[in-house]
Amino acid sequence: MTKKVVRINEATIRFAGDSGDGMQLTGTRFTEATAIVGNDLKTIPNYPSEIRAPLGTLAGVSAFQLMFGSSRVFTPGDIPDTLVAMNPAALKVHLKDLKKGGTILANANAFTAKNLKMAGWETNPLEDDTLNGFTVYSMEMSKLVGKALEDSDLTSKGIERTKNMFALGVLFWMYNRPVEPTETWLRKKFGKNPAIAEANITAMKTGYNYGETTEIFTTSYAVEKAELPKGKYRNITGNVAVAYGLVAAAKKAGKELFLGSYPITPASEILHTLSGLRNFGVKTFQAEDEIAGITSAIGASYAGDLACTTTSGPGMALKTEAIGLAIITELPLVIINVQRGGPSTGMPTKMEQSDLFQAVLGRNSDAPIPVIAAQDPADCFDCAFEAARVALKYMTPVIVLSDGYLGQGSGPWQIPDPKDLPEIKVTHPDPSARGEDGFMPYARDENEARPWAIPGTKGLEHRIGGLEKENLTGMVSQDPENHQLMTDIRARKVQKITQEIPALEICGDSKGDLLVIGWGSTHGSIHVAVERARKAGRSVSHIHLRWVSPYPADLKTICDSFDEILIPEVNSGQLSLLLRAELLRPIHQLNKVRGEPFRASEIENKINEILG
Amino acid sequence: MSETIQGIEELNLTRKDFVPSNEVRWCPGCGDYSILANMQKTLPVLGVKKENYAFISGIGCSSRFPYYMDTYGFHSIHGRAPAIASGVKLANPDLAVWVITGDGDGFSIGGNHMIHVLRRNIDLNILLFNNRIYGLTKGQYSPTSQLGMKTKSSPFGSIDRPFNPSAVALGANATFIARALDVDGKGLQENIKRAQRHKGASFIEVYQNCVIFNDGEFSDVENKATRPDSALFVVHGEPMIFGKEHDKGIIMKDNHPKVVSLGGDWSEKDLLVHDETNSNITNLLLEMTFDPLNPTPFGVLRAIEAPTYDELLHSQISDVIRIKGEGTLEDLFYSGDVWEIK
Repeated sequence: MTKKVVRINEATIRFAGDSGDGMQLTGTRFTEATAIVGNDLKTIPNYPSEIRAPLGTLAGVSAFQLMFGSSRVFTPGDIPDTLVAMNPAALKVHLKDLKKGGTILANANAFTAKNLKMAGWETNPLEDDTLNGFTVYSMEMSKLVGKALEDSDLTSKGIERTKNMFALGVLFWMYNRPVEPTETWLRKKFGKNPAIAEANITAMKTGYNYGETTEIFTTSYAVEKAELPKGKYRNITGNVAVAYGLVAAAKKAGKELFLGSYPITPASEILHTLSGLRNFGVKTFQAEDEIAGITSAIGASYAGDLACTTTSGPGMALKTEAIGLAIITELPLVIINVQRGGPSTGMPTKMEQSDLFQAVLGRNSDAPIPVIAAQDPADCFDCAFEAARVALKYMTPVIVLSDGYLGQGSGPWQIPDPKDLPEIKVTHPDPSARGEDGFMPYARDENEARPWAIPGTKGLEHRIGGLEKENLTGMVSQDPENHQLMTDIRARKVQKITQEIPALEICGDSKGDLLVIGWGSTHGSIHVAVERARKAGRSVSHIHLRWVSPYPADLKTICDSFDEILIPEVNSGQLSLLLRAELLRPIHQLNKVRGEPFRASEIENKINEILG
Repeated sequence: MSETIQGIEELNLTRKDFVPSNEVRWCPGCGDYSILANMQKTLPVLGVKKENYAFISGIGCSSRFPYYMDTYGFHSIHGRAPAIASGVKLANPDLAVWVITGDGDGFSIGGNHMIHVLRRNIDLNILLFNNRIYGLTKGQYSPTSQLGMKTKSSPFGSIDRPFNPSAVALGANATFIARALDVDGKGLQENIKRAQRHKGASFIEVYQNCVIFNDGEFSDVENKATRPDSALFVVHGEPMIFGKEHDKGIIMKDNHPKVVSLGGDWSEKDLLVHDETNSNITNLLLEMTFDPLNPTPFGVLRAIEAPTYDELLHSQISDVIRIKGEGTLEDLFYSGDVWEIK
């Protein structure tokens, strides 16, 4: 029979199964195949914080969603068109999100009486009216891979484990994606165990052929290449992008990179990635705790490395005292916070952007610090690079705010030509910097940065530390006038960084009824919502803050050109509070703290509500 | 450090080179003065360039030390000096890094970092000023204060059992452990020399008298008259002899160290011989610390060779570079599946 191929502009797929079913891997492989085809895409993983919740339970469901398309894709999609449900619990948890009339691919073999009961289904939804209105492909995945692999040496448990590859194969067929990259990848991953590699490849191909030959499928879909700017691309997660950004900054600055870090979800992949880059001269130090993570980095910075520390909210809290030390000693340091739901240890695997107060304000005393927030996975590269550049230029710690959604989600990254990355000029004083009155470690250049004299430099011996420093000499000083002066200088220095911030890009008109201001990972949802509202004739524009401290110089002027301001944030209103103080005017808030990002539709509804 | 002994003359350093112009601000009579003076006396003869010294401290009276040394110095925050010093040494392995800390700083708020820096065996030197009291915060008991000690925060007597810092260091598998006395300049200098030359984390515990809040805590070993009978200065390969007339020694009896008089039933050959490479001997000496029947041991209690973290890190980097080649940004950026939009 001939099957028809339907051209579509975009699709959103969600893979869901038990946390042992390999859904993250399946999602990632589908993403890679989709990236190679040249679609734009965004992904979001969603998994439980327990390593293994009991098998088959609602708590143990792990999911991965991606949206891909032939035009720009800004979010992982509001509601999936297609849901892959590897067991009843996965179907139960995710059915409510599925698009009306959407497609369900289910592993019928997992819908046993026991599993149905655990998921809270009274009868089998694949066999009653529950899924009326959806297109359901109920497939005996376990049985089919069992048959395909009956000659293999794998145990029955091992064979059962390949059912995710079967599902992936079906999806590859359904959306016309190539299987070869995954084939190559499996051979490489299971290089030491070719039997497992071949079994997985067979399972995947069985799935693909099942789609091709079985009569239950009549249609497959084609999504054309996206019209992205010309260039070379790869798919990248925010955490890997941060790691690359730091390595690139170190190379451009002619510095060795030092990472002092303690493992924490969802930031650990930065440590993992950098640990694998010894041949780039990267020194990773898995410290005994978060405090040692940052203080070892401060020590490395004092001794002349480009130093950084990576963490998430609770780790950030532990690093607080040391951040103050980096501020008063005026040493360059990049601090990455991949935010998660809180307070305390909160929801480790769920996203939130609620550490803004902590980043901007969360220290004892007047301790200003520059803060840059990444807006999509690829932007994590630029933010890490920029943070390092500014830290080195101004001799200051810089905080980079990412979050679990950016860190573990992915999207295409236009690979920069290393030659096009800006050079980072770092100078260290030589012995001639010692004047008649000795060396002045707290003298200033035109950017208010102090000289970075590295231990080992003859004649520039000096002491720094956490006690207030006397202007110029850096000696300990409790003098009231001096403390005022030093506090003012430190604030002025951070304020100077405004000169690094390019003019804000306004998406939409430069004046109008409503301005939506965002920061961080809400960029995609806000962008889509504003575009939709504009198409519907609304007078609404969008600006997104990358630097949240200091503010861009043109922020106030732009805000003054709009009647109303809306700030959507995945927190209870942190930027809203800060900007009310800055702009002295009312601000509409849209807040959500559910451990998940905004849907564009939620923001669109709020825009419509405000504009009436 | 790579400089040879011959280099010492070329460097031509003197004590004065390490004395800054600013005023030293410790209480009159504080044991810290002696430790500072002995450090300044010893550094010139170690063959290390002056600019290659970095003194890193935490918080407390002792931690003001870097301000009084004309070297590179970093007076940091409570308890974190070992972690900061680790970063310094890993960033620049040519530096001779000294951590200056006290019993509160190093073993209370910074206990975690202390055990880990010792465990990793990073090549740096830790000088612990142990006065068994919190001086800078004006007299609370510390993690080394004796049980029952009355202080501002323990008016009815401390009910905290104390640490024996050198024993903690052994527990953390430290490769070099020494104990010194603030008033024993010669012993202190010898320990500083040995520590600087030791490859790996060196730990020196200095008994230091706090004249204001805990005066006389170590009077039996500080007092010149009683010291010979209450302190045991151990030397590698030599029998454990002490006493004014060199007439006492340590033997093993019923698996415990015991003091005996020489000349009668016992002669030198019956005595325990110090072996700084044998952790059983180190442990035995450390157990004598709080035992009123035994003298308090001083000197190099342990010195063994082991790979250092900093060497392992840098050799791992060169090994991986040798195998994979030095990474370029192109290699890094193109390490995934790449596609092109034309």
